[in-house]
Amino acid sequence: MDFTRRETLALGGAAALTFVLPFRASAAADDAIAEFTGGAALADAGVELTAPEIAENGNTVPIAVSAPGATAVMVLAAGNPTPGVATFNFGPLAASQTASTRMRLAGTQDVIAIAKLADGSFARSAKTVKVTIGGCGG
Amino acid sequence: MISRRDFLQVSMAASALVGASGFGNWSRLAAQQALTQDQLLQFDTFGNVSLIHVTDIHAQLKPIYFREPSVNIGVGGNRGAVPHVTGADFRKLYGIDDGSPSHYALSSGDFSSLAQAYGRVGGLDRVATVVNAIRADRPDALLLDGGDTWHGSYTCYHTEGQDMVNVMNGLKPDAMTFHWEFTLGSERVAEIVEGLPFAALGQNIFDAEWDEPAELFPPYKFFERGGVKIAVIGQAFPYMPIANPGWMFPEYSFGIRDENMQAMVDEVRAQGAECVVCLSHNGFDVDKSMASKVTGIDVILSGHTHDALPEPVLVGDTIVVASGSNGKFVSRVDLDIQNGRMMGFRHKLIPIFSDAITPDPEMTALIDEQRAPYKAELEEVIGQTDSLLYRRGNFNGTWDDLICDALMSEREADIAMSPGVRWGPSLIPGDDITREDLWNVTSMSYGKAYRSEMTGEFIKVILEDVADNIFNPDPYYQQGGDMVRIGGMGYRIDVRKPQGERITDMTLLKTGEAIDPAKNYVVAGWASVNEGTEGPQIWDVVEAHIKKLGTVTVQPNDSVTVVGA
Repeated sequence: MDFTRRETLALGGAAALTFVLPFRASAAADDAIAEFTGGAALADAGVELTAPEIAENGNTVPIAVSAPGATAVMVLAAGNPTPGVATFNFGPLAASQTASTRMRLAGTQDVIAIAKLADGSFARSAKTVKVTIGGCGG
Repeated sequence: MISRRDFLQVSMAASALVGASGFGNWSRLAAQQALTQDQLLQFDTFGNVSLIHVTDIHAQLKPIYFREPSVNIGVGGNRGAVPHVTGADFRKLYGIDDGSPSHYALSSGDFSSLAQAYGRVGGLDRVATVVNAIRADRPDALLLDGGDTWHGSYTCYHTEGQDMVNVMNGLKPDAMTFHWEFTLGSERVAEIVEGLPFAALGQNIFDAEWDEPAELFPPYKFFERGGVKIAVIGQAFPYMPIANPGWMFPEYSFGIRDENMQAMVDEVRAQGAECVVCLSHNGFDVDKSMASKVTGIDVILSGHTHDALPEPVLVGDTIVVASGSNGKFVSRVDLDIQNGRMMGFRHKLIPIFSDAITPDPEMTALIDEQRAPYKAELEEVIGQTDSLLYRRGNFNGTWDDLICDALMSEREADIAMSPGVRWGPSLIPGDDITREDLWNVTSMSYGKAYRSEMTGEFIKVILEDVADNIFNPDPYYQQGGDMVRIGGMGYRIDVRKPQGERITDMTLLKTGEAIDPAKNYVVAGWASVNEGTEGPQIWDVVEAHIKKLGTVTVQPNDSVTVVGA
């Protein structure tokens, strides 16, 4: 069978995500971080972000955050048109400060987690998640 | 007291000595035309535990030719490091004489003439002889299969992996991990795995819906051997749904998951494991990187990238062992485990010279039994070749050039694309091309040859994407294949540039004109990971092309210019 142009486009659908690479962190992401932290300094330790190196499906990427003692953790997809993904708030009775969710990524970009720790300071963790066409495994 | 690290380095030197003396002997023996089974198997049993590693057999039951790569570029921290050393540089690094059996088995260069001198390699009946000999030395040796076993031949395709399952069961492995097996589809995989008489391991095989460990594939298994409690942890290929069609096994999710690997190592150590072995299908650079992040693994038996190294590579306190592909090698690793610590090791990469190693008759019979129903189809001669046909290498091989020519000619396309897989044995000039040979380099469960229009811009996006899966400086972002093979188009690649900037000078070869980003080109290819791909099977396309040619002559291909290597 020969592909029509429409089918060809559908074939390239997943790949079309990767036309602009990598997606740059937007000003919106920086603004969201500034609003969350009030411009406070960000420590490197205190929040752990688990995310795949390469997304199996850019439409539903599983991630998890863990920040012992935190009162809130904000998750951003820095390269998405709307970077905000979720903010998890933990009350004083929370048994653990961990959360997991799935997000949609418009392309290869950094996923960022910012935690507000018990003492009011902030911590940051980021991981690059690649969104790829794939298809040539050895 | 000597620290553990010192012990490892002392034994590394000892291992090198074993290797070096082995090579020296082979060279002398080669001069006397007397390469013997005893020499290939010679090994002074060491310590209290023996591991036997086979991996990436790709359903090659019978002896074959297999040419190692001449182009295998390392990037980032792995630039110039093994296994990214090839040909004469590889021989110099390991002290291997030109023209010796080790030259032929381990490196590229003069392949066709050496193949005539030393003959075919592999054959699972020869592998059985080697495994049995090691078991005679050490009856409780562990045999571990790194995966890519149930894929890659005519009989494997038609029996949906059953031929390989039957033959491997005859070898009696203790555990296995996975990659191409999943392209049989999750239902068939489950059917086989449920009946396996050995452990099917993968700490990184998860249930896709719940993101929890998949029940069918335990993360590890304990063995008590030589009075030592050994934990073998499985690590399946991390990028299965990306590199292969995820729609064939939608229930499963993979990934490297090194944090879970660390948790499993800690768990087995807490349960009293004195020795931790990781049976991995990560690929060599990913395994090296994982070994630098996860602590407590003694040995990583590495698969996927098809590298064959005569010595393990030491990363921290972990040794990483690479055992080649297509049944061409068996690794034996003897360990001395005392009080929960690896105090030393001895290693030998045993090349399976099929003319020197006597086949195990029971295994020969078992193999022939699997092949008997397909004998006529397997043996049918499609054509002949005047050229060496091989695949292994970062950019193109002559098999790929032939496949791309077939796609362009049979499917009337401007440009052809063929996947950069690393499996597929070689043929030497003067050989018949049988249907079996053709299926050895094309057989897969998603082999339909599509024909499609793509813009010049989209073709560049594909090349950039695949190039980053090979040349990303961080191994965790590499999928371990080679560059997509292109027919009808030339390009320049700077491997050290970032994604989006590596590929330039794309040229349509038939006109010599630059590829226009806005223009549509007719592209024929195969092995699409997309569901619903339609077209004839690739082996039928190539068979028709070879039959028209009669005798295949592949012209040298210099259409890809590589810089930054």
